[in-house]
Amino acid sequence: MIGGRKFFVPTMLAFGFAFLYVPILSMMFYSFNYSKLVTVWDHANSPTLKWYGLLFHNGRIMGAAWLSIKIATMNACISVVLGTLAGLVLARFGRFRGRTILAAMTTAPLVMPEVITGLAMLLLFVSMEQLIGWPAGRGVTTITIAHVTFSMAYVTVIIQSRLANFDDSLEEAAMDLGARPAKVFWRITLPLIMPAIVSGWLLAFTLSWDDVVISQFVAGPSSTTLPMVIFSKVRLGVSPDVNALATIMVLIVATGVVLSAIVMQRQEKRRAREMQLAASD
Amino acid sequence: MSGSNGRRWRSASKGSGKRAPGSLLTRPWEPLWQLFHRLRPARWSAYVRDHWIGKPLVTAVPMAWLVLFFMVPFIIVFGISFSQSVLAIPPYEELWGWTDDKVLQLRLHLANYNYLFTDTLYVSSYLYSVKVAAVSTFFCLLLGYPMAYGIARASTTRRNIYLMLIILPFWTSFLLRVYAWIGLLKSNGVINNILVWLGVIHEPITMMQTDFAVYIGIVYSYLPFMILPLYSNLEKHDRTLLEAAADLGSRPWKAFMRITLPLSMPGIVAGSLLVFIPAVGEYVIPSLLGRTDQLMIGRVLSDEFFENRDWPVASAVAIAMLILLVVPIMIFQRYQNRELAHK
Repeated sequence: MIGGRKFFVPTMLAFGFAFLYVPILSMMFYSFNYSKLVTVWDHANSPTLKWYGLLFHNGRIMGAAWLSIKIATMNACISVVLGTLAGLVLARFGRFRGRTILAAMTTAPLVMPEVITGLAMLLLFVSMEQLIGWPAGRGVTTITIAHVTFSMAYVTVIIQSRLANFDDSLEEAAMDLGARPAKVFWRITLPLIMPAIVSGWLLAFTLSWDDVVISQFVAGPSSTTLPMVIFSKVRLGVSPDVNALATIMVLIVATGVVLSAIVMQRQEKRRAREMQLAASD
Repeated sequence: MSGSNGRRWRSASKGSGKRAPGSLLTRPWEPLWQLFHRLRPARWSAYVRDHWIGKPLVTAVPMAWLVLFFMVPFIIVFGISFSQSVLAIPPYEELWGWTDDKVLQLRLHLANYNYLFTDTLYVSSYLYSVKVAAVSTFFCLLLGYPMAYGIARASTTRRNIYLMLIILPFWTSFLLRVYAWIGLLKSNGVINNILVWLGVIHEPITMMQTDFAVYIGIVYSYLPFMILPLYSNLEKHDRTLLEAAADLGSRPWKAFMRITLPLSMPGIVAGSLLVFIPAVGEYVIPSLLGRTDQLMIGRVLSDEFFENRDWPVASAVAIAMLILLVVPIMIFQRYQNRELAHK
């Protein structure tokens, strides 16, 4: 039986990782195929960078990508501020009236089906426009607001769990020494949760960059984001320039994740060492 | 009270006494600061904690945002689900209206909900969505549990690499990862090409636009959501329990069934709900990989909205979906709050 487990678990791990990565690698591989059929390898002309060249000359894709970058950046910045506040409130402010509602409103968006969120956001914007005239029409503003609403829930969870990892003794100590709450936040809490803020920002950026369903509901006629362009293309079947685009995106993300993992691990190590030094002092 | 002040004062003087010569030169405000410390309220921290204006302010900002952009929209959806579809902009009738003799009137149409039950399209889409989500969640658990177990039992270095490999796809576009499966599954796709080349099959198998493709798509996209809560649960287990069981003559399999599995129940519940709830309303995966003769409820909602422009029925579909999901969502919230409270 021990032999069985020793065999079973590694097999499942290997199978699982193959399952996760074979599709991505195959998608990247076929981006160098000359054939328009994508998965039928053209031996005569491949490998080629043809689709990459075409991609950069596709004004629609480039325009949509730029719009997506703008929305994702704005979304990430606003989400990080709101999510950090919400995480701080939930982790540090103890019990207060409305805590249950706040906690519910920050966990529900994590699992809420996107079609429901999208529909609800659109109906809100339509009703608001009727009532107060804002937002006038739909576009970048409405997409950003909708994205912030679900992204900030993720940021909140990240911040909250980071704060739960530290007890509040450092903050208490600073308070006892007379630091004002705002100062405690800037000098003690913020540096402690900085890694969580950075990963929250990146996650919020990715969530927005990736979202198609909610954007479709709240986008206006002149605001087509990159995922919306990709979705309308791939609904009709495979398309070689999408493979090229995917390859570029995967490479950027992979580099970023690996680099940030290395940097964060180093920082954590340094912090642990400093803590140890401080304790032995 | 004065006692606590005195304690604080002593500790402050001890601290400055250590490096007294330099501190007065480099920090000339030090004496003033210490005077201020003596004069301040005895329980300064408690005073600030009780009277600080920032606290309600800090709470109000995210609260206001979520109430306005998360809670109010659902109330509006709920309201419009009782409205009637009309040819106008926006295409629904106001619930509140004034009659000719200036009496406020509330018009609630239950017809939309009645419609959901009488037209078999909706009921069958609901049942189909629940079935697809349940089956996908089961396979996700079947694959995710051994993986999470393997990661939790691995050495620290390996564990970090494994975790990064699990999280990495999560950072890449969900849409593109689903798209990748079209290239694998279609009739002249990678899998069929390889099988034909190996001589296993002579004719390509139809895998696209089947239930199978949707299961694959959901398991593939949501696997990290299953593995991560399971891992964070399994990692916390006390391994001496298993050793004790082994010492008492329990076989590994039995020890697993009697100890590890029951202990990991919270992780199983959290992971399964994180997969099941969004999967019920999944839109992108069935649109790209799924059947065209049997739609999932997310697709029905979106068609009702975009194709038929019937906003009230779309709202009723959303509310009906929410009613179906409210219990799982509440269980998930209870788990999530407990998890975040006791770290």
